[in-house]
Amino acid sequence: MKKDFDFTVVDNILAKYPAEELSTIAILQDVQEYYHYLPEEVFPHIAKAINVGEARLYGVATFYENFSLDPKGKYVIRCCDGTACHVRGSLPILNKLREELGLSEEKKTTDDLMFTVETVSCLGACGLAPVLTVNGETYPAMTPEKAVELLNELRAKEAAANE
Amino acid sequence: MNKLNSREELTALRKVCKAAFDGEKKKILVCGGTGCVAGGSLNIFDKLKGLLEEKGVNVDVELADEPHGDAVGMKKSGCHGFCEMGPLVRIEPQGWLYTKVKVEDCEEIVEKTILGGEMIERLVYKQNGEIYPKQEEIPFYKKQTRVVLESCGHINASSIREYIALGGYTALEKCLFDVTPDDIINEVSESNLRGRGGGGFAAGRKWASCAKQKEEPKYIVCNGDEGDPGAFMDRSIMEGDPHRLLEGMMIAGIAIGSSEGYIYVRAEYPLAVDRLRTAIAQAEELGILGDNILGSGKSFHVHINRGAGAFVCGEGSALTASIEGKRGMPRVKPPRTVEHGLFDKPTNLNNVETYANVPMIINKGAAWYKAIGPENSPGTKAFALTGTIRNTGLIEVPMGTTLREVIFDIGGGMKGDTKFKAVQIGGPSGGCLTEKDLDVPLDFDSLKSVGAMIGSGGLVVMDDKTCMVEIARFFMNFTQNESCGKCVPCREGTKRMLEILERITAGNGQDGDIELLEELADTISNTALCGLGKTAPSPVISTIKNFRDEYEAHIYQKRCPAGACSKLKRYVIDAEKCKGCSKCARNCPVSAIDGKIKSPYVIDQDKCIKCGACLSNCSFGAVKEEA
Repeated sequence: MKKDFDFTVVDNILAKYPAEELSTIAILQDVQEYYHYLPEEVFPHIAKAINVGEARLYGVATFYENFSLDPKGKYVIRCCDGTACHVRGSLPILNKLREELGLSEEKKTTDDLMFTVETVSCLGACGLAPVLTVNGETYPAMTPEKAVELLNELRAKEAAANE
Repeated sequence: MNKLNSREELTALRKVCKAAFDGEKKKILVCGGTGCVAGGSLNIFDKLKGLLEEKGVNVDVELADEPHGDAVGMKKSGCHGFCEMGPLVRIEPQGWLYTKVKVEDCEEIVEKTILGGEMIERLVYKQNGEIYPKQEEIPFYKKQTRVVLESCGHINASSIREYIALGGYTALEKCLFDVTPDDIINEVSESNLRGRGGGGFAAGRKWASCAKQKEEPKYIVCNGDEGDPGAFMDRSIMEGDPHRLLEGMMIAGIAIGSSEGYIYVRAEYPLAVDRLRTAIAQAEELGILGDNILGSGKSFHVHINRGAGAFVCGEGSALTASIEGKRGMPRVKPPRTVEHGLFDKPTNLNNVETYANVPMIINKGAAWYKAIGPENSPGTKAFALTGTIRNTGLIEVPMGTTLREVIFDIGGGMKGDTKFKAVQIGGPSGGCLTEKDLDVPLDFDSLKSVGAMIGSGGLVVMDDKTCMVEIARFFMNFTQNESCGKCVPCREGTKRMLEILERITAGNGQDGDIELLEELADTISNTALCGLGKTAPSPVISTIKNFRDEYEAHIYQKRCPAGACSKLKRYVIDAEKCKGCSKCARNCPVSAIDGKIKSPYVIDQDKCIKCGACLSNCSFGAVKEEA
C-alpha cells in the first residue's frame, strides 16, 4: 500500500454524498470511474468516512461484477455474451480478441495496461448483435475480422499519439 | 420554466404545449435509443439540424411557447423498436419511416423530403418486393398494439413539455385532486394489472397490502435492473418515455401513502440513467415532483440508484439491500417486501413496465384495460425480439398473441434460409419452446402450463444451427456466475449442473447424466432461497423435455446434431477430392494426418484436436467438417 496516496480525488467524491452506508455503491462507482479500478489505499479512507467496517466495504467491492481491484487497461473492451449475441456468434469474437492480445479468461488485461477484455452478460443492444463496447462506446454487428480491425485502429491511434 | 402551483396552472401549460406541438407541422424524429445511437443516429441528428439551419429553416428542438407555423421540429426520440433497420428516422406529417439512414443521406432528406415533400424510395422499408413508406403499414408494426410504448419514438424523449402536450400527468392530477387513494387501488385491482417483471403478481393486491401497513415511512421502488440477457423493454421505456414511469410511480406513492421513490437501474444502461435524471430535474423544476405538488399538499421525491453488475439484484430483497449500500443478497421470506422492504420499511416494488401501465389505467379506466388481451392476463406486453430472426427489435402486443404471430408475422420469420428450431422465453429463468408450442398464447398462465414463463419479456429465436445442450450450458454458466452464493442449493447445485453440461458438450458425457441433471434440478428448484435459484434449472429442464434426443446424441454417440459443439466436430478427408498434396499433414500441429503423396490422406480421429487447420489449408475443398 502506498503511504503517500493522494486522497484529494476521493475526498471530493465523498463530499458529494451523505456520509452513510447507503452511499457506498455510488462512491465506489465514482472512484472507479476516475481510477478505472479501486486502489487498495481507498478502502480504509472511505470506510472511516462513511462509518462502515473495512471488511464490509471490501465485501461490497468484491460482490459486484463492475468493481475491479486490479488496474484495468486504457481501453476496456467489453464483449457482449448475452443470449442474443451468443446465438449470433459472440464467442468467436471474444476468442479472437483474446488470441490477438494474448489474454485469457483469467488474464484480462495486457501487461502494458493498454487493453482489458471482459465479457458482459447483456448490453441491451440485442438488435445489433453481436456487439462490443470500447470504453462505453458501442460497436454493432461485429465479426472476428472487424474486431481485429478495431484493435488495429486503436493501436494505430496510440502509436500516433506517442509520436 | 416557472414552478406550477396549482392544477389550473398545469392545465394552462398543457394548452400552450399542445398548441406548440400541433403547430409543428413538419417533424423529423431521429431515434435516440441505445441501438440506433450505436449505429450513429446522433451524428445524423446533428447533420440534419445543421443542414436545415444552413438553409435558413426554423428548427425547434424544444417546444416553443408561441407556435410559429413554419418551424420544423427536430426530435431525438425514444426507441422506435425496429432496431434491425436502424438508424431510423421518422418524417411527419407523412408518417414515413426511413431505415438504415446514413449521414450521407441527410442532404437528400432535407432537400427532397423536408423542403420538397417527396419520398426517398431508397430509404423506405421493403419486404418481398413491396415498399412500405409509412411506418404504421410495415408488417412489423401493423400487428402491434402500442399502448405503453405509444409515445416511444413519437416524442422528444427529453422533453417534459411534449409529454404534457400529449396528456401526460393528467392521471396524476386526477389522483391528486379527484379521487381517494382507495379509489386508485380499486381501479388498479379491477384492471387486473399483473406485474410485468416476471412473476405476474397482481399489482392491485400488492398495492393494497402495502397501503395497509401501519409503519412509516413507506417506499416506492422501481426495479429497472433488467438483467435477463436478451431483454431491453424496460430500458426502452426509461430512455424513450421516462415521464410515464415517473407518473406511474407517483400515482403508486399517492395510493399507498409514500413520498419517496427509488429507481434502481442497471449499470449497463447509462443512457436510461441520463434520460431519467433529466426527466426528474424537469419535473422538479415545474413543481410536478417535490414538495407540495401542484399545491396539493402531497410530496414525492425520486432517487436513482445505479446497479453495479449483479443479476441477483433483480430479486426484490437483494435489490433493496443494494440500494442500502450492501451486498445484493436475497433474504429469507416472509416477511415480504411490502412489510419489510427498503430500510426495513413497507415497500412497494414493481418493475418499469408495470408502473408505466398505470397512468393509462387511471385515465381510461379498468374496463378499457381489461378489454385488451385475455381475462386473466389483460393488457399488452412489450417483448424484445432477438436472435436469428429477420426483424429484431422491440415490440408490444396484446397479451394472448401467439408465438407464431410474433415470430413469423411481426418478426418476419427466420434470418436467411435457416429453419426455426426453438424460442427461448423468460431469460435464464424461462424455457425453450419448440414448433409444437408456436400456437401457445403469450400470457402468464398459458406459458407456465408449457414449462416456460413470460419473465421480463425477452424472446430469443434460435435456428437449427443452435445446439440446445450448448444453450442449456450457456444459461447455466450465466446463473452459476451470477449466483450470489448465499444458499447452498444454488451455489453448489448450479456449479455441479454446469460441470455436467460442460462435460456433455465436450464429448465426455456419461450414462446417467440426464437423470442426474433432472435430480439436481428438482432439488434446486425446491430448496433454493430466492426466485432466481428456484428457476435456475428451468432452461435445462425445458431443453431436456423438448430435445432429449440431442442430449442423448451428445452422450452416447459423441455427436452434436446441430454441429455447434466444436469439441464434437469431426474432420474427415474426402478421398475423391484429395489430390494427396500433403499440405494438411504438414500443417497439422499434432501430426494426426497421414498418407502417401498423390494418394488420399486420412485423419486419425484419436489424435485430432479439432483445430480446423487442415480445413483452412486445403486448396481443393477435400477436408470436411462432420457433425
